Amino acid sequence: MKALAARRHHRLAPVVLLLLALLATGGLYALLAPSPASADSASTQDIETGEKLFQANCATCHGPSATGTDDVPSLVGVGAAAVDFQVSSGRMPMQSNGPQAIRKPAQFDAEQTAQLAAYVASLGTGPTVPTDEQVDPALGDPATGAAVFRTNCAMCHNAVGAGGALSEGKFAPSLLEADVTDRQIYEAMQTGPQSMPVFNDANITPEEKRDVIAYIEEQRDGSAGGLSLGSLGPVSEGLWAWVVGLGLLIGAAVWIGAKSS
Amino acid sequence: MSTTERAAAGTADYLDQRTGLGKAVKEFARKTFPDHWSFLLGEVALYSFVILILSGFFLTMFFVPSMALIEHHGAPATMDGVLMSEAFSSTLHMSFDVRGGLLMRQIHHWAALLFMAAIVTHMMRVFFTGAFRKPRELNWLVGIGLLITGLGAGFTGYSLPDDVLSGNGLRITDGVIKSIPIIGSYMSYFVFGGEFPGEDIIPRLFTLHILVVPAIILAMIGLHLMMVVLHKHTQYPGGGRTDKNVVGFPLFPVYVAKAGGFFFVVFGVLALMGGTMAINNVWNYGPYDPSPVSAGAQPDWYMLFLEGSLRLMPGVTEYMIGDYTLSLNVLVPAVIIPGILFTFLIVYPFVEARVTKDKREHHVLDRPRNVPVRTGLGVAFLTAFIILALAGSNDLIATHFSLSINEITWVFRILLFVGPWFAFWVTKRICLGLQRKDRELVLHGHETGRIVRFANGEYIEVHRPLDEQERWLRVAYDAPTPLELEPQTDARGVPRKGYKKERRWARLSRFFYEDRIEPVTPSELAAAHAHGSHDELEGAKAPELHAGDTTHEGDR
Repeated sequence: MKALAARRHHRLAPVVLLLLALLATGGLYALLAPSPASADSASTQDIETGEKLFQANCATCHGPSATGTDDVPSLVGVGAAAVDFQVSSGRMPMQSNGPQAIRKPAQFDAEQTAQLAAYVASLGTGPTVPTDEQVDPALGDPATGAAVFRTNCAMCHNAVGAGGALSEGKFAPSLLEADVTDRQIYEAMQTGPQSMPVFNDANITPEEKRDVIAYIEEQRDGSAGGLSLGSLGPVSEGLWAWVVGLGLLIGAAVWIGAKSS
Repeated sequence: MSTTERAAAGTADYLDQRTGLGKAVKEFARKTFPDHWSFLLGEVALYSFVILILSGFFLTMFFVPSMALIEHHGAPATMDGVLMSEAFSSTLHMSFDVRGGLLMRQIHHWAALLFMAAIVTHMMRVFFTGAFRKPRELNWLVGIGLLITGLGAGFTGYSLPDDVLSGNGLRITDGVIKSIPIIGSYMSYFVFGGEFPGEDIIPRLFTLHILVVPAIILAMIGLHLMMVVLHKHTQYPGGGRTDKNVVGFPLFPVYVAKAGGFFFVVFGVLALMGGTMAINNVWNYGPYDPSPVSAGAQPDWYMLFLEGSLRLMPGVTEYMIGDYTLSLNVLVPAVIIPGILFTFLIVYPFVEARVTKDKREHHVLDRPRNVPVRTGLGVAFLTAFIILALAGSNDLIATHFSLSINEITWVFRILLFVGPWFAFWVTKRICLGLQRKDRELVLHGHETGRIVRFANGEYIEVHRPLDEQERWLRVAYDAPTPLELEPQTDARGVPRKGYKKERRWARLSRFFYEDRIEPVTPSELAAAHAHGSHDELEGAKAPELHAGDTTHEGDR
């Protein structure tokens, strides 16, 4: 401390102090302020690369200016979150027409996805990609999540998120699969992809969205009762009762019956 | 005599002198039972029921049948601090905090599914082998009573935890009750003690589930088994088995050991399932609240046909008559269709006896192929049941096979009408084909693949004649003929009373017995052997067989 105190009148002291203050303010801002979307912090170079990727991979359907057609949605104003969801889950670029775009291995890496998102976000403001903190299941409350899930999500995605059928071959996908990331779950709620409704922040608050993620993560740990049998409810239970239960017992009955004669 | 032997003899003598136990033991120990694996299906049901009682007794120690709202504290994390009924909270408590509680719950639920599955397969065995014929028609009815009460036990049981899924089931029940014209809404208020869901239904279902329904089932099981003892057990056709004897083993020690051992096999399988396979994890569904319904909401498998029936019915069949609603969209699938299915089961034995003009006692079972129309009707019934159950799972079929749920529903709507007819026709043809094959075998014997050339250059294949056991099995059956219809007028030209009714029965009888394959008669067999000189090449004639040759024979 003495060495520091001795130099407090040094002519460079105000500069050092100013730097420290700026660092502290910037650090605090970075910690406390909601993280800006990658688009906001994206450099012009990212947007340019993103535009090139877009023209090469997406413009065929969405149009060179991303305004869409009668059958294809416009991407102006969908935001970076929608792009991140669709591209990181492999749904976009779409490979074939069907009742709905299906999940497949992502075609672009994280950097390219961010560049595409930056380009689309530059076309009009929309939901931004959530921060790691916003989607951290450890910070969420699974009990509140369960209640939110029950009233908003379970009618399509099944009680624990194992997925369910919609009309005409469309379906609500399973949320329990390992490649469904917490960030994608958040983005899906935020942007309402395909048949899914949008759950904006007034409808389900960001904290509640995190609670939902905590609830789904809780389900991935498996069931306390043993094999979850797909978490599909009574139909799969009935099937297993016939196959395993009655199957084994008929086997035993045949064995007992055969022992005599 | 060792000390233990003396003690056992002393105890037995003590009991015998006071209760006359010796006579009963002597009677039962010598009772003869025929042996076949399919006779154990009913035992699976019985043992599942015993396990249901034992595990259910454990569960009642911890379950609180109350709909009072409380805040739940403790495991699981997803339910901590949530407002719920005491019934649901106590279910969570017994699953997570009581040692062995979850295991008991899961054994109880698996046993319930197995109980119903065993009842259904046992009924299939009884139906397809004609074991419901005289003198066992009443026991068939008791069996149907057990099936229906079993459905009731399952329904009252899975509603108890008061979770969202079972609440959805209750809501459907409420809708079905309300769809009954005129009395529906009053009945609903009566059942639920006010507007659905009210606060009475869980305690009411609890009393039914742990007291009334099990008592009825127990009484009916007693009656069912008493009648089995009274009628003696049926036996499969085979050498020496007639309607006047029972060929098999004595109850003691053979069946006591087999049946006793089988109980532990059933217990073992259920414990294995309860210990390793999760069932009805109610915390997944959450406490009941009338608003949410999750995707994949279905009842247990034995109620699935009702769910399917409701899912198939087009919704446009709801009509408004003045101020009143006629909900045919619920009434038809939930009341009339199960009504048709159960009526078929109830009346079938009596209809068959009527069109066969059959008043004899039957203790030897039919081979299903020998009664093609009965077998066909049974398969048609099962087809309808399975189509309805699949229709109840249409959403899972859609997601798992990447199909459109709307198309699946339409396919099932059509199949429900076409499928049973098609299944009937195919089954009947297969049965007739098998019967022809049997005739062929009896008349010409087994093909051996040995080709022999005679001195005159003729080639023949050597056929090995059937032994007596094989032949008995294939010729010892009746092929009833359709009822003869007496003329419309009597000898003096006066129209006979009841002619029209008789004509209807005769028509039905023709449907049953028009297509039939007669069993081979001794003269036909002799003729076949006479022309087929090649049979003699074998020179192997199986020894003659007499009734009761095989094993122990009991008196009918």
